Amino acid sequence: MIVAEQKRLEEISSLISDAAKVLIVGCKECVTVCLAGGEREVEILASTLNLKGKADGNPIEIVTHTLQRQCEPEYVKELERVLDREEGIDVILSLGCGVGVQFIAEHYPDYWVVPGLNTTFAGGTLEEGKWAERCGLCGECVLHRTGGICPIIRCSKSILNGPCGGSQDGKCEVDDGVDCAWQLIYDRLKGLGRLELLTVLEPPKDWSKARHGGPRAVVREDVRL
Amino acid sequence: MSGTFEPKIVAFSCYYCAYSAADLAGSMRLQYPANIRIIEIPCTGKVEPKLLLKAFEDGADGVYVAGCMEGDCHFLEGNYRAKKRVQRVKEILDEVGIGGERLDMFNLSAAMGSRFAEVAKVMTERIKELGPSPINAEEKSGLTGSPGPDARGRLSEHIEGDRLEEKVGDTA
Repeated sequence: MIVAEQKRLEEISSLISDAAKVLIVGCKECVTVCLAGGEREVEILASTLNLKGKADGNPIEIVTHTLQRQCEPEYVKELERVLDREEGIDVILSLGCGVGVQFIAEHYPDYWVVPGLNTTFAGGTLEEGKWAERCGLCGECVLHRTGGICPIIRCSKSILNGPCGGSQDGKCEVDDGVDCAWQLIYDRLKGLGRLELLTVLEPPKDWSKARHGGPRAVVREDVRL
Repeated sequence: MSGTFEPKIVAFSCYYCAYSAADLAGSMRLQYPANIRIIEIPCTGKVEPKLLLKAFEDGADGVYVAGCMEGDCHFLEGNYRAKKRVQRVKEILDEVGIGGERLDMFNLSAAMGSRFAEVAKVMTERIKELGPSPINAEEKSGLTGSPGPDARGRLSEHIEGDRLEEKVGDTA
């Protein structure tokens, strides 16, 4: 999932400082799971901004709505009803990931849309309140050669034939709180009896399939309408 | 201002401890300030940040959560969770200018009737010192009335549970 964190209140306040009426839009997918922009966080932020506005002597009207997904047009269209019903909305504050903010902005060209979150990484939940990065979205997966541990994102240097000389006691020299990905790969392959995989040299990666080749898109003709 | 100002203070009280302690305080005929509005909750673990913020939005000058002694939660760790949430909401209140000191959490057992009365006095004195909440400083200072039916309804919307019974007012 996409993991995001809410921006600091000070920054959010500055993004809506000129607005008298704000629509806060949440998303029920990834950002709900990482507790950054779901229905609950939308309501907490609405109360917080309401209290701040009143305490500052500058009250603002706040409307809230949480979409099933901000990254799909059929759900984003739901906002039309909210915008028709609520006149005079000055700013839409999206608590979706960066994709959600852009989809709302694309669908509602007449509205000023601002992000309430910093979209951080593609990762998963380690335990309640703790999330970690697991995928570098490189466009060409190599996990079958590394025992299911990604060297692109879990190795600080994205080394494809590791480890480097900075691997110390299973930790990374960049940050000793981070496990050396190549130590993890070695341990896992050893446990599975597949250490011979490490004797195969990985050639230089084709980074054009990653972000380095410019914005990416996927088209599936078989499922298009 | 502290001479005339009578704050509204909401006490979210756990059914298994503080709420029973309030009952005991009543049975013991202990006096405590009439500023406290007790709301029974099934466990302090049920207290969401939104609920605490909503109390302030609806005009509370102070709010506290009263739960079981640490290690004695009927649901094992509801009070530990509440403690973290209360801390987070205190930070939010500081950021928005309401002041985190208007919110607090206390731990007591069902046998601590006198402690319940003491906590009520401590919070009332503290909020009187602080004065009205900044958001209702102008419109509500000096008012002593109990929350109207609308306020009760709005708060209860944020608490779920079949067993939940809302009690607003002085139980002493």
